[in-house]
Amino acid sequence: MCLAVPVEVIELLEHDQALVDIGGVRSRVSLAFVDDVEVGDYVIVHVGHAITRLDVEEAERTLELFREITDHLAAENNALRQ
Amino acid sequence: MRYVSEFRDGRTGRGLAELIRRRADPERKYHLMEFCGGHTHAVFRHGLPDLLPENVELVHGPGCPVCVLAISRLDQAIELATENDVILASYGDMLRVPGSRRRSLLKARSQGADIRIIQSTAEAVELARAHPEREVVLFAIGFETTTPPTALAIREAAALGLKNFSVLCNHVLTPSAIQSILDSPDVRELGRVRVDGFIGPSHVSTIIGSRPYEFFAEEYQKPVVISGFEPLDVLAGIAMLIDQLNEGRAEVENQFVRGVSRAGNVKAQKLVAETFELRPEFEWRGLGNVPYSGLRIKTEFAEYDAERRFRVTEKPVRENKACECPAIIRGVKKPTDCKIFGTVCTPRNPIGSCMVSSEGACAAYYRYRHRRAG
Ligand code: SF4
Repeated sequence: MCLAVPVEVIELLEHDQALVDIGGVRSRVSLAFVDDVEVGDYVIVHVGHAITRLDVEEAERTLELFREITDHLAAENNALRQ
Repeated sequence: MRYVSEFRDGRTGRGLAELIRRRADPERKYHLMEFCGGHTHAVFRHGLPDLLPENVELVHGPGCPVCVLAISRLDQAIELATENDVILASYGDMLRVPGSRRRSLLKARSQGADIRIIQSTAEAVELARAHPEREVVLFAIGFETTTPPTALAIREAAALGLKNFSVLCNHVLTPSAIQSILDSPDVRELGRVRVDGFIGPSHVSTIIGSRPYEFFAEEYQKPVVISGFEPLDVLAGIAMLIDQLNEGRAEVENQFVRGVSRAGNVKAQKLVAETFELRPEFEWRGLGNVPYSGLRIKTEFAEYDAERRFRVTEKPVRENKACECPAIIRGVKKPTDCKIFGTVCTPRNPIGSCMVSSEGACAAYYRYRHRRAG
C-alpha cells in the first residue's frame, strides 16, 4: 500500500485535481500537496494523491550515470579478456 | 511506463551488481537493512539477492504498515464495524489480516458488517457525504507517505461540515521505528540482528525529506541512503552504502534525487503538523511500545477522531503462537524460519499479517522465492 508510481499529467481539472496516465489508464488524482503543476509534468502518485514532482532532468541524469558505469565496466571487462 | 521501465533495465542492473562486487571488501561483511517492505518486495521480485556477493546481506526491516499494526488496533476496527453499525472504509490490504479469535474484517463483512474498500481517502469522505444518515469511519494506517491524504480527508470533512465522518488513526513514523531497532536488545546486547547501514524508503522521504535521518546517522554512526524502489535504484543505494562503510563514513545520502529533497514536501508536512500530534507512545507489532512513534488527531479536530467518538476500548490480545511475524518484523528471523511458512500459512490462507500484506516479508518470500525453489 506504500506503492507510489510516476505518472504524466494529461489535464488539469478543478479543485486541485488532475487527469493522469497510469500505465495507459487515465485516472483522477489530487494535486493538493504539489504546487504549480503543469500539463506534461511528471508527479509521483500514492493512494490517489501526488506526493511530489518527479524531476525529469534528475531522472535522466541518474540514468546517464548508470549507463556510464555499465559501459565503463563492460569496456574494462573486454580489455581484460583481450 | 516512463521512468519505471528504464530503472529496471537488466544490463544496467548487472553492471551495477558488478560495481557492488568490485567495491565490496571480501574481508568484511555488510549487513544492510532495507527498512521498507516495498523494498523487500522489489529485492525479491527482481532477484537482487542472486546478483549480490555473499558478503552483502540484506536484512528485512519493519516497514510494512499492515504488519506492524498491533492486533489490538485491528480488533478495534473490527469492533467498530460490527458493534457500532458504522460504514468502515479501509485500504484493501487490511481486510484479510487475522485479528484475535480468528476474526478479520473480511469475515466481519461476510457476517453483515458494512466494510468498504477504498483506494483513496477522498472516497471515504465521499461515502460520508453520500450517506448522511450513517457514521463513516476511515480506518487509517500507514507511514508518512500515507498520512497527508488522511489529514486532507479530515480537513475536507471539516470544510464540508460533515457530522458523520471520523478517522481511526494508526499512522506511524519511520525514524522512530529505526531508532527503536537500533536501541533494541536484539541489536545492542544480544547481537541477534546486525545492521551496518540502512536503505531508506524514498516514498517516505518525498514527504519528510532526508533530514530526519541525520540525527541517528550521526548518533548511532550508521549510514543511511534514501533509495528509490526500482531495482537499479536499490542496487545504486547498496553501492553507495558500501562506499560509505568502506570509507568509515556515516552520513545521510540521497539516491532518489529525482523526487526527494533534504526538506521534503513542506506543504504536506504543514498539513500533517496542523492536524495530528505525537502520541507519547504507540504499540507496534513486533517492536512493542515505541515512544513518540505514532500520531493522533489534535483536539481541535476531536470530533473527527473515532477513538473519542466511539470510546473504542483496547483489549490485550495473545499472538498466534506459531506465527513468527513479530520476530520477522524485528529482523531477528526470516520467513523460512517459521515452521508453518508455505505449508499451513500461504497467501490463500494467511495466518499472520506478514503473509497478507503486499509488503510483508512472508508474502515476498512466498511469491518470489518459494516458488522458484519449489
Ligand atoms: S509464514 Fe505465516 S505464520 Fe509464519 S511468520 Fe509468516 S505470516 Fe506468520
